[in-house]
Amino acid sequence: LIHFYKREMPFKKFVEIGRVAMLNQGPDAGKIAAIVNVIDQNRVLIDGPTSGVLRQAYPIKQLHLTPLRVKFAFNAKTKVVRKEMESEKVQESWDSSNWAKRMALKSKRDGLNDFDRFKLRKAKSARNKIVAKALNTKKRQLRKAGKI
Amino acid sequence: AIRTKSLLSHTVNMDSQENRCPFQEYQIIGRKYPTPSEPNPKIYRMRIFAPNEVVAKSRFWYFVRKLKRVKKWKGEILDISLIEEEDKGTAKNYGIWLRFESRAGIYNMYKEFRDVTRCGAVHCCYSNMASLHCARGRHIQIIKIVELKDEDCKRPYIQQLHGPDLKFPMPHRRVRFAEKRYRTPFLRKRMNTWQ
Repeated sequence: LIHFYKREMPFKKFVEIGRVAMLNQGPDAGKIAAIVNVIDQNRVLIDGPTSGVLRQAYPIKQLHLTPLRVKFAFNAKTKVVRKEMESEKVQESWDSSNWAKRMALKSKRDGLNDFDRFKLRKAKSARNKIVAKALNTKKRQLRKAGKI
Repeated sequence: AIRTKSLLSHTVNMDSQENRCPFQEYQIIGRKYPTPSEPNPKIYRMRIFAPNEVVAKSRFWYFVRKLKRVKKWKGEILDISLIEEEDKGTAKNYGIWLRFESRAGIYNMYKEFRDVTRCGAVHCCYSNMASLHCARGRHIQIIKIVELKDEDCKRPYIQQLHGPDLKFPMPHRRVRFAEKRYRTPFLRKRMNTWQ
């Protein structure tokens, strides 16, 4: 008897029709778009009506695939793509994802001026003081009780 | 029906996105000058892929001279128009017949490409010919370019990209940073190429 084990592909994200990808470079960097069709090995046709990305051919190397996926037929019109993306609430899921939040935080940090960095330093220091105080009181209690 | 935009006024918007593609498709109509012995000479029309109208007109005369007994110095161009791609939003298959003059001889070729526009497919063709056959643009003549349905494609490298269920992962994703300051030859930590 030959057992055919169903082999699981280790990949979870694929370049496929309906996959939502984030654009890495260019004027639309940071925006999401859905893959409408695969042109060839290096390029896909993308469309991002909810994020203002025009329908265009885009190099796969400049895309970052997200875990989000939408269902529509290949070469679907922008109208159809927009309808599917809005019904699946893709823009909201993306904006509330950790990835997008981290990106927003990073760009915020990059855009700080000197005064903001001063305020950040003071805020961090104040927070760390509270944490350290709580930690040290806890430590002292445990030491007194002989636990450490 | 093809959408044409007459260029006899010789104004081209160089800021527009479509004019940044290395090729444009032009429709050129020309004929021999009318003479008393031949008051209505035959009018010839060609669709030429060229970066601008100057090159397009030049190529028109080059081809017409080879195919018919009409020369530029005894002829006139009646109209030159830009042919715009009707649907730039769908990926299409194109079959291109070309005539290629190599160092060894003259060959005809049939190649298939996938692109969004005809001009894009022609650009792919020229790049492909340059890489595989060291062909310069001046040695390539596009005989015919036809949009093909998925069933009519012959080449397996194009057929593999067909179908609504096409999917593939990005197994070894090497990131090229958008900002130049992050593009260093050495990295402190080994990069993660997973997805």
